[in-house]
Amino acid sequence: MNKAMHGIKTTQKHFAAKPSFLRAVFAIVWKDVQAEYRSLELVSAMLVFSLLVIIIFNFALDLDPKMRQTVTAGVLWTTFAFAGTLGLNRSMAIEKDRGCLDGLLLAPVDRSAIYFGKAISNLAFMLVVEAIVLPVYSVLYNTNLFQPGLLMVILLGSIGYVGVGTLLATMSVQTRTRDILLSILLFPVVLPVLLPAIIASNGFLAGVELADILFSIGLLVAYDVIFIAVAFMVFDSVVEE
Amino acid sequence: MMITVKKLVKRFGLKTVLRGVDFEVQPGEFVALLGPNGAGKTTFLRILASLSRPSLGEVNIAGYKLPAQAAQVRARLGVVSHLPLLYGDLTAEENLRFYARMYNIPDYEARITEVLEMVGLETRRRDLVRTYSRGMQQRLAIGRAVLHDPDVMLFDEPYTGLDQDASSMLDEVLKTVAAQGRTVVMTSHDLARAEDLATRFDILSRGIITASATRRQLKRSNLLTFYREALAG
Repeated sequence: MNKAMHGIKTTQKHFAAKPSFLRAVFAIVWKDVQAEYRSLELVSAMLVFSLLVIIIFNFALDLDPKMRQTVTAGVLWTTFAFAGTLGLNRSMAIEKDRGCLDGLLLAPVDRSAIYFGKAISNLAFMLVVEAIVLPVYSVLYNTNLFQPGLLMVILLGSIGYVGVGTLLATMSVQTRTRDILLSILLFPVVLPVLLPAIIASNGFLAGVELADILFSIGLLVAYDVIFIAVAFMVFDSVVEE
Repeated sequence: MMITVKKLVKRFGLKTVLRGVDFEVQPGEFVALLGPNGAGKTTFLRILASLSRPSLGEVNIAGYKLPAQAAQVRARLGVVSHLPLLYGDLTAEENLRFYARMYNIPDYEARITEVLEMVGLETRRRDLVRTYSRGMQQRLAIGRAVLHDPDVMLFDEPYTGLDQDASSMLDEVLKTVAAQGRTVVMTSHDLARAEDLATRFDILSRGIITASATRRQLKRSNLLTFYREALAG
């Protein structure tokens, strides 16, 4: 080390202008994907939990085929919501435990870029879990879930859930009771997303006319936009002491 | 001045941690900020690092005002704390690559190699950080902090949890960092190490700086005597 250390002479300044917003977002997403690809910590926890929930529901409800279709939307969204909490908690805990959140906050980037980076990677992990859970659910419950309308509702619902969840996870991770606090904070706040998501999912599964589902989809889109806009505006205050 | 702090006050609810701190550091100076537990050293450093907002007072770093010009300050600041601020599931070079993107460093691959050589981890660059010892992680943390070649370095208890060998290696890295002309502020409980490294010693006690002395002024007494007198006074 000595030889190397004495040989180092910094003659040029390496820092440049503040990185672009998109570049910072991409850097965070790529970092999360790389770390997750190696550890599979988040996805495996969310996946195992989700599969256990749908298997338990399958045995607990012991439903006839007709009833199965009726409860599908509720079971799916309950599963996604609980599994999502696990993922959000872990995703922010990884940042907090080794001081990495400070590392992110010390970078000369817009803090909203940190929010979007974390939200996009959380969404990606949640979609991976959903992509595995849906076919398993289809087989177990003998229900066709691969309908474009339903998949769109799942995407919109997940965006809203992760949008507000990432903000609340950032807040709760800074407390001692982070594991409990996120669930307590998140579920009441995310209800406006979950309710139209369940109604719209039910509608698609029951083959209801699109016109009758449009209102719920509109609500979902509106809440997605509102939640993301609010998170964008307040994230800076949430992370600063 | 590289750092100017005037009448800095920091409150957490009803508790006042910093009670009007005045602090100035010239370019190239190495200041050791000493004081007992709970004196407010970490809070003070977190304000300088723009991680915490002052309740009252003025903070200027490298000509930029905090918190208004925080992004400009952060681009010129390197921070090392007792936590490594590194991702265990990434390799050393992946960690540095990530931070290089966040600091928008041009041609960062060459710079990463340069920094890894500086901290003596070139041969372990492709190993996951979670396989590193605490001392290696702390050296890499310093590498991360100097990656963007900052003018000002803040060290918050960098020796915490290090054994003798790791501390000695860290001494060398710190000396290299300081020798490159950077302005350094370091908090520490280790008076011997502070005495070895710093050019000025400030004592923070009960939320204010109670004493300050340069290395030259300390020649007649030693740092321990100065420290005890400052706390007693």
